[in-house]
Amino acid sequence: MEKRKKLPPFKILSTTAILGYGFPESSFKKGLSKKPDLIAADAGSTDPGPYYLGSGKSFTNRTAVKRDLRLMIKAGVERNIPVIIGSAGGSGARPHLDWCLDIVREIAIEEKLHFKLGIAKADIKKEIVLKALKRGKILPLPFVSPLTPDVVEESENIVAQMGVEPFIKLLEAGAQVIVAGRSYDPAVFAALPILRGYDPGLALHLGKILECAAIAATPGSGSDCAFGTLEENSFILEALSAERKFTPESAAAHTLYEKSDPYHLPGPGGSLDLTGCKFEDIGQGRVRVTGSKFVPSDGYWLKLEGVHLAGYRSISVAGVRDPIMIGEIDEILEAVEARVRDILGKDSEGSRFYFHVYGKNGVMGELEPVKKTESHELGIVIEVVGPTQAEADAVLALTRSVLLHYGYEGRLATAGNLAFPFSPSDVAMGQVYEFSIYHLMEVSDPAFFPIKIEEL
Amino acid sequence: MKSQAKRSIMKIARVIRSKNSGPYELTLDIMFKDRRDYELFKKKKLITAGKIAALYGVDKSDVLKIIYFEPSQAIKITLKRKIPSGTPGDTDIYGAQQHAPLLNLKF
Repeated sequence: MEKRKKLPPFKILSTTAILGYGFPESSFKKGLSKKPDLIAADAGSTDPGPYYLGSGKSFTNRTAVKRDLRLMIKAGVERNIPVIIGSAGGSGARPHLDWCLDIVREIAIEEKLHFKLGIAKADIKKEIVLKALKRGKILPLPFVSPLTPDVVEESENIVAQMGVEPFIKLLEAGAQVIVAGRSYDPAVFAALPILRGYDPGLALHLGKILECAAIAATPGSGSDCAFGTLEENSFILEALSAERKFTPESAAAHTLYEKSDPYHLPGPGGSLDLTGCKFEDIGQGRVRVTGSKFVPSDGYWLKLEGVHLAGYRSISVAGVRDPIMIGEIDEILEAVEARVRDILGKDSEGSRFYFHVYGKNGVMGELEPVKKTESHELGIVIEVVGPTQAEADAVLALTRSVLLHYGYEGRLATAGNLAFPFSPSDVAMGQVYEFSIYHLMEVSDPAFFPIKIEEL
Repeated sequence: MKSQAKRSIMKIARVIRSKNSGPYELTLDIMFKDRRDYELFKKKKLITAGKIAALYGVDKSDVLKIIYFEPSQAIKITLKRKIPSGTPGDTDIYGAQQHAPLLNLKF
């Protein structure tokens, strides 16, 4: 093996936890003054739920995303620092990517910037998923049902979380700004250092922390920058505003966040093994991390995400202050649903009812250990999910009026059972999506995601 | 030691929280203020799948794993979500308010 030259420190400026969550310009400028080799941000999450992937909409605001991108791209292009964005538009399917690319092109025109824009698409065609399924190359994640061809057929916007490989291909092709569809969160930070020969375990672990920007500092913030310096055998974390710092506790605690096993973090092509990881305070609010390892898996597996349309939602919000009604609330709601079904017959068959009773078990549902409420008032969200918006609206309207005037046992307040805070009382909420695909798929070429370079 | 009054977890924990770990899992974190309390919980296995299942009224098989994390002197418990995040009937899309039953732990 040829003797490698010692690698210089590789410096990464992570701007914000999710593109569009914002960051102080002062922190960003401080980060730039440290002459970063890369400016990057992750834009995605499945946390806001399945709606955004299904509807093709971003869960972040366009004005806010444009503001963040303008600062990042302007600084990056002017200083010749690569700028990388992953999971564009939040969910990273085609409509989300297009939405983000439009913003980038607008910024280029407005700021008169010229650069090579690298694009990577994360959409996975149904044929590819079906073929993989047939060949036994699809595995469910814990608590997920095995995938079937029917589920694939009815799913929309299937994406896979890409690893570092498509980013590396784009960087090699000269991309100065990269906007990618659904990506493994650390990939936007780790791709360039891995290309330059840094240890993938350290690069990915650093990426895992930087993808949440200053959330891993203390006090944590999703709307502030963080700075990472990768060296041959360690990496260093630091905050960029005086009000926060990294501590071994804050950095380690972040490793627990939103994960089921903090020692083993699976990703595309393998997993991060943090069993030998050490977090050390090196002063001035900085933490040095050592011992992170990347362990390649048997075969290269990608995480697939997909959703399907579950119906249309309509809701009404109301309060109850009557103690007699509160004491009988479960029986009353059950009776109201039965009456609505009786009145509508076939017309309510496709609809599902959900009563969210705040002050009782609105937050925890079946998991709520307190079975009997002692609250003097309840908030009720009446929810109906129907096969069309018109059906959901009709069933909801009847449910609301039946509950308003329902003559329950022992009632004294005969003028109405609900306090509505709003007129109109009913809201049509539109499509309801459910996660349908959350599986692993084995691929032979991790860089198979379609890429292209656009000259702006 | 039997005469000693039970202590509440709220007195010795620095963080008690819940959050989704992907749309199908709910993960609970207990971080201890004092390493000795963490070591005691770990040594005596004071958190078990059975205890968590009883607190949340779920089957023991819905408790995926319990992990002790040294760098944060923390215990992580991962449960199956009743239904995946955002499926009709869900009550907490982010899973951020499912920690309260843990506050009742006494030992």
